[in-house]
Amino acid sequence: MGFEVLLKGNNMLRLLGGLGVAMYISLISVAISIFLGIILGALMTLKNPVINAFSRVYLEIVRIMPQMVLLFIVYFGATKVLGINLSAEISSIIVFSFWGTAEMSDLVRGALSGIDKIQYESSMALGMNTRQTYFHVIIPQIIRRLIPLSINLITRMIKTTSLVMMIGIVEVLKVGQQIIEANRKSSPNAAFGVFATIFLLYFLACYPISCLSKYLEKKWEN
Amino acid sequence: MEEILRVNNLSKRFEDIEVLNNLSLSVKKGEVVVIVGPSGCGKSTFLRCLNGLEEIEEGEIFLDGEKVSSNKKNMSKTREKIGMVFQSYDLFPHKTILQNITLAPIKVKKRKKAEVEEEALKLLDRVGLLSKKDNYPRQLSGGQKQRVAIVRALIMHPEVLLLDEITAALDPEMVREVLDVVLSLAKEGRTMLIVTHEMAFAKAVADRVIFLENGKIVEEGSPKEFFEDPKTDRLKKFLETFSYEK
Repeated sequence: MGFEVLLKGNNMLRLLGGLGVAMYISLISVAISIFLGIILGALMTLKNPVINAFSRVYLEIVRIMPQMVLLFIVYFGATKVLGINLSAEISSIIVFSFWGTAEMSDLVRGALSGIDKIQYESSMALGMNTRQTYFHVIIPQIIRRLIPLSINLITRMIKTTSLVMMIGIVEVLKVGQQIIEANRKSSPNAAFGVFATIFLLYFLACYPISCLSKYLEKKWEN
Repeated sequence: MEEILRVNNLSKRFEDIEVLNNLSLSVKKGEVVVIVGPSGCGKSTFLRCLNGLEEIEEGEIFLDGEKVSSNKKNMSKTREKIGMVFQSYDLFPHKTILQNITLAPIKVKKRKKAEVEEEALKLLDRVGLLSKKDNYPRQLSGGQKQRVAIVRALIMHPEVLLLDEITAALDPEMVREVLDVVLSLAKEGRTMLIVTHEMAFAKAVADRVIFLENGKIVEEGSPKEFFEDPKTDRLKKFLETFSYEK
C-alpha cells in the first residue's frame, strides 16, 4: 500500500516537520489577520466614504484573486520590481495575512453592525455609562460572534498553506513528494501511502479546531 | 400628592418634522399616566427624551425637583431613577436571566451580589419566572422576556417607570401575562408613564389618559371621561378606529 516508506529513516518525522511549517505559517498569518482585521473592521463601521471605497476594492481583490496568483506576485514580482528579496516564508505570510485581514475585517464589520441599537439603549437606560455598556454588553457579544468564525478562518488557512510549496517552501505536501520521488524504485506504491498519511495529518490538525468552532457556535447561539 | 416629574415646554425636531411641540406635563407620585395616539405622534420620542435617549433641544424636565440635563454624566444618574422597558426584546442575549437582572445593580449601584440576587429571585418569583433564572433569553417566549425586562428595570428601584409599547411586538396570547404584571405594579402605587395601543388596558390601568397628536397634547382626562365622553373630534375619530360594528 505504500505506507512502509514512512517507516524508513526519519520520513514520518520529516512529514510532521512539514506539517509544522504549514501550521507555523498559518498561525502567524491568522494572528496578524485578526489584529489588522479588527482595526479595519472597526474603521469600516464608521461609514467614512474613503475607508469604505478602499475596503470595497481591497475585499474585492482578495475575493477574485486566486491565492496562488497573489503568492506569485509577491514572491516573484516584488523581488524584480521593488528590488527587495523576500524569503518564501515571509512572502507567504504577507499573502495569507493580506487575505485573512480582508476576511476578518468583513467578519468584524458584520459582528459590529449586527448588534442592535436597542442593546446600547437598554444598557444606557439601566444607568450604565458608555464604558460599562461596551465592557459588559457590547464587546462580549462581539467576541462570541467572532470567535467561531475566526476559527473557521484558521482551518481554511491551514488547508490553503498547501499552495506555498509552489514558491519552494518545504511544507508537508512537498516533503511527501520528496519521499515519493526518493522511493520510486523500492516502493512504487508510495504515493498512496504518503498522500493518505498527509490527508490524515491535515485532518488531525483541522478537525479538532473545526469541532471547537462548532461547539462554541452552539454554546453561544442567540 | 407631590409632583415627581414635570415637563415644561418640551420641543423636539427631526430635521423638518416637529416631533414634540411645546409639550408640558406634570406627573404626581404614584400616578399612572397612559399616553395614546396615532403612530408617529411623538409618544415614543417623548418617553425617550425623559431618560435622555433623545437629546432635549428645547424645554426643561424636572425629576423630583431636580433639573434633568443632557450632560452625559448627570444622565447616568437620572437614568438610575427612571426605568424604561422597550418594545423589542432588549435583554442581553449573552447573559442568563438572573445575570440580565443583576448586572446593572451590581455594576452601577455597586450593591452586593448576594443581596441583589436575593432580590432578583423574589422579583422573578413575583412575575412567575423563578424557574427560568438560569436560562438564556433565547429560551424564553416574548411575553416571558418582557416580564424579565420589567423586573430588570424594577430592581434599580426607579422612581418613575417608562413603558414604551411593551406589548406591541408580542403574540396576542402573551399580551395578557405582561399587562397583568403592569396592573399589579399600578396597584402597589408605582409611578408609570405608559405608551400603549391596548385601549382596554389603558382604561383599566390609567389614572389619567393623554391623547397625543403631532407632538401636542390634544386631550387628557380620567379614563372614564376620556373613553366614554371624548371632547375633541380628533380623539373621537381616533377611538372609533378601535371599535368594530357590523
